[in-house]
Amino acid sequence: MEPVIRVDGIVNRFGHQVVHDGLDLEVMPGEVFGIVGGSGSGKSVLLRTMLGLQLPISGTVEIEGRRVTGVSPRELLDVKRRYGVTFQHGALFTALTVAQNVELPLAEYYDIGQDTLRELAELKIRMVGLPLEAADKYPAQLSGGMTKRAALARALALDPVLLFLDEPTSGLDPISAAAFDRLVLYLQKSLKLTVVMITHDLDTIYRTCNRVGVIVEGKMISGTLDEIVRHEHPWIREYFHGERSRAVRARR
Amino acid sequence: MKVHIRDEGDERAIGLSGRWTLEHVADLEKIVARAAAPGAARATLDPGGIEALDLTGAWLLRAVEARLEAAGTAVRWAGDRPGQLAFIDEVIARQGEEVEEEEYRRRLVTLPLRTVGRLTLEARDTVLDHLSMFGAVLVVLGRALVRPHRFRLPSVVRHVFETGVTAIPIVALIAFLISVIVAYIGAQQLRQFGGEIFVVDLVTISVLRELGVLLTAIIVAGRSGSAFAAEIGVMKLNDEVDALRAIGMDPIEVLVVPRVLGLVVAMPLLTVLADAMGLAGGALLSWSLVDITFTQYLERVNEAIASTTFWVGIVKAPVFAVVIALVGTMRGMQVRGSSRELGRLTTVAVVQSIFLVILFDAVFAVIFMELDI
Repeated sequence: MEPVIRVDGIVNRFGHQVVHDGLDLEVMPGEVFGIVGGSGSGKSVLLRTMLGLQLPISGTVEIEGRRVTGVSPRELLDVKRRYGVTFQHGALFTALTVAQNVELPLAEYYDIGQDTLRELAELKIRMVGLPLEAADKYPAQLSGGMTKRAALARALALDPVLLFLDEPTSGLDPISAAAFDRLVLYLQKSLKLTVVMITHDLDTIYRTCNRVGVIVEGKMISGTLDEIVRHEHPWIREYFHGERSRAVRARR
Repeated sequence: MKVHIRDEGDERAIGLSGRWTLEHVADLEKIVARAAAPGAARATLDPGGIEALDLTGAWLLRAVEARLEAAGTAVRWAGDRPGQLAFIDEVIARQGEEVEEEEYRRRLVTLPLRTVGRLTLEARDTVLDHLSMFGAVLVVLGRALVRPHRFRLPSVVRHVFETGVTAIPIVALIAFLISVIVAYIGAQQLRQFGGEIFVVDLVTISVLRELGVLLTAIIVAGRSGSAFAAEIGVMKLNDEVDALRAIGMDPIEVLVVPRVLGLVVAMPLLTVLADAMGLAGGALLSWSLVDITFTQYLERVNEAIASTTFWVGIVKAPVFAVVIALVGTMRGMQVRGSSRELGRLTTVAVVQSIFLVILFDAVFAVIFMELDI
């Protein structure tokens, strides 16, 4: 089976600070892959590199076998239609309603009639568990949990095969976070998505991820959750066996 | 070819094929309209030929089924009903807590009434907001005057620099050019009466009394009024203003008062500069157009102006400064929610401060006329 994402020897540097030093990563179809790392370890830079928003100094990124790095903007656009992204703080367009936010990518790429456009937007909004009344609200009128869901609806607008989630549960209470995790899993199974998420939330990792990658010293150590939990690296040990982690594991 | 429709009597057979995906949505919409046309008592949907079906395609497929059923057609599937349709059914079924139809209709009836009520309350709130903001600024300004350590000197100096020093080139240039234009047109007209010498009076009085300060105020409103509204507006969107409040600092004192004071210092200085450049422009034109030497020009200026002419202009500068700074900062404080609000209120800040500056100028003109100065 071909990997959905193949990251090969990525190097990113800012001045003298080396963020990624030959980072490799493969994500297979249907996986929920969690990316973990300390603050400043380059998780967000990795995400931006995979999205094609930032060009690495060297190395390549492929999504579904198509290059993201070093290609023309037009070719990159074809890849961009295949993935959806939610950003940490939602990044909904504040001047547009939720429905308009979801309609925006659809109307930009495809020639859709007004009625179908609205219906598709409403379908996506209901899919993420938002009430239909939320469709005509502005982002400023939404709660934190609803903002995350609306962002997910927009990410799903173009029927992507691949979903990137940046800190999907940050800022949510544990109950909302658990509900959001269930939603992601439900959609992942129903729509046969591949999900890549950056997260700090150990609960989310245990609940949703079947593989985990940890960025340490500019490289990626990845494996199944069990393999990573048993890994010898001191930072990984501290992360998965520290006080917080023990509490999470005790609950399970 | 993505659809094959065969009508036999009241029996319709619909054979679907091809790629039912988002890329082909424009074609698919047309197919849906054809396949779901009313008129058949029974329909058979055969999705066997469909090569690819994504969620958008599934939604449209379901739309065919739903519309036929709504038109009273009994729909039968040849083969399996695609799984994605069941997923959509599930998504829609989960929304049990939707507003009941009856309630919705009732709400529609009262909609105009509720809209009028909401707009009225909003208008009342806007007026109250303006008043309370203006009051708060006056209170803090008053407090700052009593206890001078409340003046945030570094902040005030920064605003003097940003609103004053950096505005020097544009204010100087525009004052110079405008007085050149006034002198040029004046000289042409006055020549008909042989009164070219009065060009000097014309330029001097108009620049010192009106043009210098008014032009400066309009330029400053455009530059700094918008900057104030945008800076504070972004801080509002970023929750920085709430953060200030939470720390226990008064945003009016920290954000508004330094800007007001900075502009009150900068505006009169800019006006002096504009006056000087205006007189210089007048001198240049008088020399080149009407052959008045620089010494003659200065003598004539001295004769033309009363002792009050300069002060009548300059005294308006701090008032205009307060107007511009208050409008800009108040509009910035009103930004909430969206980036569009920010743009709208920045525009409002500029338009309103220019309007108020001109209104106040008219008020001054009346007062000075009554005082006979």
